[in-house]
Amino acid sequence: MNAMSFETRHNLSIGLRYALLILIATIFIFPILFMVMSSLKPDLQMLRDSASLRAFLPVGDISLNNYAEAFERVPIMQFAFNSVFTTSVSVVASLLLNSMAAFSFAFLQWRGKAILLSLIIATFIVPFEVIAIPMLLVANNLPWIGPEGIEIGWLNSYHVQIIPFIADSLGIFLFYQYFRDLPDELVEAARIDGASIWQIYARIIMPIAGPIVATVAILKFLVMWNAYIWPLMTIRSEELRPIMVGLQYFFQLNIAWGEIMAYLSMVTIPVLIFYLALQRAFIESIATSGIKG
Amino acid sequence: MNIRRIVLICLFLLTFNGLASAQTELSLWYHGAGNPEERAVLLSVIEDFNASQSDWSVVIEEFPQGSYNSSVVAAALSGDLPDIIDVDAPVMPGWAWSGYMAPLNLSEGALDGFLPGAVGVYNGEVYAVGLWDAVVAIYARRSVLEANDIRIPTLEEPWTGEEFDAILETLQATGDFENAFDVGMAWKGEWYTYAFSPFLQSFGGDMIDRETYLTAEGVFNGEAGLAFGNWWQSLFERGLVPGTSQDPADRDTGFLDGKYALQWNGNWAARAAVEAFGDDALFLPAPDFGSGSTIGAASWQFGISSTSEHPDGASAFIEFAIQDEYLVDFSNFGGLAPATASAAAMSDLYYEGGPLEVFFGLSQAQALVRPVTPGYANLSLSFEKAVTDIADGADVQDTLDAAVDEIEQDIEDNGGYGFGDM
Repeated sequence: MNAMSFETRHNLSIGLRYALLILIATIFIFPILFMVMSSLKPDLQMLRDSASLRAFLPVGDISLNNYAEAFERVPIMQFAFNSVFTTSVSVVASLLLNSMAAFSFAFLQWRGKAILLSLIIATFIVPFEVIAIPMLLVANNLPWIGPEGIEIGWLNSYHVQIIPFIADSLGIFLFYQYFRDLPDELVEAARIDGASIWQIYARIIMPIAGPIVATVAILKFLVMWNAYIWPLMTIRSEELRPIMVGLQYFFQLNIAWGEIMAYLSMVTIPVLIFYLALQRAFIESIATSGIKG
Repeated sequence: MNIRRIVLICLFLLTFNGLASAQTELSLWYHGAGNPEERAVLLSVIEDFNASQSDWSVVIEEFPQGSYNSSVVAAALSGDLPDIIDVDAPVMPGWAWSGYMAPLNLSEGALDGFLPGAVGVYNGEVYAVGLWDAVVAIYARRSVLEANDIRIPTLEEPWTGEEFDAILETLQATGDFENAFDVGMAWKGEWYTYAFSPFLQSFGGDMIDRETYLTAEGVFNGEAGLAFGNWWQSLFERGLVPGTSQDPADRDTGFLDGKYALQWNGNWAARAAVEAFGDDALFLPAPDFGSGSTIGAASWQFGISSTSEHPDGASAFIEFAIQDEYLVDFSNFGGLAPATASAAAMSDLYYEGGPLEVFFGLSQAQALVRPVTPGYANLSLSFEKAVTDIADGADVQDTLDAAVDEIEQDIEDNGGYGFGDM
């Protein structure tokens, strides 16, 4: 009787736990489900369905028309290329530069290191919006070697979307935290074996930094993929615009809700793919360092 | 083919190519990226202009509307403005005052016959001109009005304030509708000022004293303002209109679905109403609360940047673009009201007896541009906050007084916006 009672209680506990997990999962999944289902419906039907559970079901007049119309309204492939290009270059460059900076802070001895690290960490509290206009004015007066020689001004280019975001205080801090927790003996042993600083960085430290590389990559990817304000300020030509700015194309006098949902569904896919590809390392990083994105 | 002929052909080609490339480029920034109909017409205007003469070649850069103003302000900061700027009419005085825009230099009579809302005048000079205008009306169904013995108003004899209020009560009492009147509370932002400030003006008030543009005291929060505020609040208290938490979906489909008996909406939504109800659809003039029926006016317009090195070329393009044939094209594709009566007569929708003809008459008879001041952006925010708070039950007089304080503080902070020493 007691054993039955215990088993029942145990099953009940598991059942409740799963019910809770399903509920939480549902809360997170429903907006995505709503987005995808809405992308398949005409505007009027979508708006009418939004007040009922039909919003989450593929019912009614279902088609891919919104996707076709979204492609007609916005040069999606061009915008996607621009975002993939600027994001990829930024992520790779950011991983390199920030890990090198963090390596220097963690393993090298040089004067003023502590103060500089504090200053870098202090920039966390400065929101991007505060420095956006000074950055714009600086970017507008920087030289660049273009096809016609040295030009002044970075506006309306790919590099203005990439270079200002390579050095990243959060990235440096995350790498630094991870490196600091590695045993000093690793570096000392390599030094005794005659390894140079570059060899220690490239062959000893980075190969075991997979989880933090994944974390920084995901965080940088999200920031760059979602870039909106900076491209608005610096990019004039449609050919150079990133994908998030394209979302504004749908907000006309009569808002094309179905097309917006189709566009958002398409925009979300690369984010999901990137996250799923690095998911294991990301979770490992969170589990080992307590870092949350 | 002998050598002389080849040389002649080469010379001809070089000369022709030289002529073609002799056109000076004019940059034009346009807010309508993602609006294929309007964009197609604008591209055809540019193509025609570039082909019509050999001096200028307009090159378009398109921006999405929601972020267009930010892009222009950023460009002004970085000294990178284009020659021709597309500008939303109420924003124009701010850009002119900030030195982003220069007055237009059009031929005499070029703007004869234009709707007042389509001509952007600031400090006595024309800074911008629109090819169309947006017009607001009361959407209704003839069958609903007739079933409830409600008089169909005309431009000459609109509903009075009292009559309108009684009509709303009647329609609400039928029980057929969730709300008698949908004013569009879900469309937060500039819609509030554009659509609701005409009610205040019809009561005899305004957001600012248009004589001086230096004070709102007694204009916004005086007797007329208080009467407007009380009436506005009562609409929500009596459940005649949806509240500030209205679902945007209901705003888009509520009138068509029969949730609302009447709707306050712009001509951009009229095609859907005509498609849904056919001849039963009515577009009615704003009610007269004592100081005349008033609706908002002025939409997107073209102007010239102050940094343009070719203002004569930019003016030439704008003068070319405001020909009736292009006003008609914009109207036919985009559905908005053409800026002149002659263009309206030639359009598919606004000709005499046309499905949307009534909107053109409304614009001619009732349109009042929003306050023409560089401080409009702040005015609009103060007005939006005030009508929201009043709708949510705040004390009317206190709310209006607070709005006036905000407006006056902003005017003082900005030295009177050029309207006088402060």
